[in-house]
Amino acid sequence: MRRAWLCTPLLLATGGCNATQSTLDVFGAEAREIRHIAMILTVGAIVILAIVVALYVRAVRAPEGRLSHEAGMRMVLWVGAIGPAVILAALLVYALPAMRPRPTSPVDMVIRVEGEQFWWRVAYVPPGATPMLSANEVRVPVGRTVAFELTAQDVLHSFWIPGLAGKMDMIPGRTNRLVVRAEKAGRYRGVCAEFCGLSHALMAFDVIAMPADAFDAWLARDSVSIARSAGRGAALFDAQGCGGCHAIRGTSHVATIGPDLSHFGERLTVGAGILPPSVEATAAFIRAPQATKPGVRMPAYPQLSDADARMIATYLKGLR
Amino acid sequence: MTDRGKWHERLKVTLWTLIVPPILWAGHFLFSYLWAAISCAKAGAFMTFPIVFVAGTLLALALIGLSGWIAWRQGGTPGSSAPHEDGTDIDRLRFIAKSTLLLAGLSFVGVLFTVLPVIFLRDCM
Ligand code: HEC
Ligand SMILES: [Cu+2]
Repeated sequence: MRRAWLCTPLLLATGGCNATQSTLDVFGAEAREIRHIAMILTVGAIVILAIVVALYVRAVRAPEGRLSHEAGMRMVLWVGAIGPAVILAALLVYALPAMRPRPTSPVDMVIRVEGEQFWWRVAYVPPGATPMLSANEVRVPVGRTVAFELTAQDVLHSFWIPGLAGKMDMIPGRTNRLVVRAEKAGRYRGVCAEFCGLSHALMAFDVIAMPADAFDAWLARDSVSIARSAGRGAALFDAQGCGGCHAIRGTSHVATIGPDLSHFGERLTVGAGILPPSVEATAAFIRAPQATKPGVRMPAYPQLSDADARMIATYLKGLR
Repeated sequence: MTDRGKWHERLKVTLWTLIVPPILWAGHFLFSYLWAAISCAKAGAFMTFPIVFVAGTLLALALIGLSGWIAWRQGGTPGSSAPHEDGTDIDRLRFIAKSTLLLAGLSFVGVLFTVLPVIFLRDCM
């Protein structure tokens, strides 16, 4: 029964373990470097702690008169002052280069991300081509250098993809650069890491690391003009004034106040990494977004019937 | 030299000289921030040849070294052996000299640790 107490902290510590959003299960070069440094610090700290405890035990157990004042002071000087100064200097010299941003060239992909309460505006800017707008999802090509240009619209946010790189603040009126390189394809997750309001904890996004050629094909298909079907869902979208905030390429809706919905059907989650990508969840979000995200900047549509909300949701899910 | 002894022996460590090394460290810290901010604002990047920064750092290190050396010379006044914990003038002098010496060592390392990022990061971020 005693052991059960030991389990509680262990359970708490491992409760957050997952492979999609983890600084330990990495998929990018920057995060790998950070993990390496963290391991060295952790192991080093344990070794030093063991040495200190051993010295302490030895000093306490020593018979009276065995330790001279002078030898003790010499020990304090070497082990207590000079040793730590040298170790810290070595660690500093070793760790500082990790803060140097990876060099970029003009042909590297730029992805602009703007944090906004409580979602992400994303623009892919391939060199020499027009930007491709998206939201709440970031795709990166594996094996290529990508520069994120990060800013915010309203308040401070912080852009953090734990498996890819360190976090970087998003500051209104300022553009911060974060240069990364993904090394392993897969589906991952990023979050807002700076308290930004009521739904701060519900401000996340999906990250998809794709093989470089698949990424190129994915990006190129957007420039092929898209013919959007005009059914009942599309008509409701028009009639309810959703286009006042949301853009859908291939239609007359171009507003950028809310997330771009041009490829909403592709999204792996709804509501910035929070809800499953189902018609039901989307319909529920449309009728009452504040039920999922308190303080959300999208109005509720209680007058919309459940059937109509599903119609719109089905239409949106069809946008690929 | 005059019969009043060498110049560093005429100086006397006091509580005022005790705070000289940490103040130099703090001053160098502020200087580093100002230097980086001004370089980044004026030139958009760190100077490739940061003469001002190197000179300021060498000056800070030299002054800290000097105050440490003076303290060391003063603390080394011959006399009875440790511990020096009596309420006498000589023990007070020894105590302040030792403290100054330790603070000088700490400040010296502190200045070096402030300098290292500049050597490794040549970027305004
Ligand atoms: C006043 C502007 C505004 C209007 C009008 C508006 N929305 Fe939104 N919408 C937003 C904002 C802002 C968000 C982001 C909410 C968040 O996640 O914090 C959003 C999010 C969404 C999302 C989730 C997007 C994603 O990437 O997961 C959907 C779907 C959506 N809106 C559909 C609609 C529909 C359908 C209508 C019309 C019935 C509508 N919106 C009307 C501002 C608006
Ligand atoms: Cu945020």
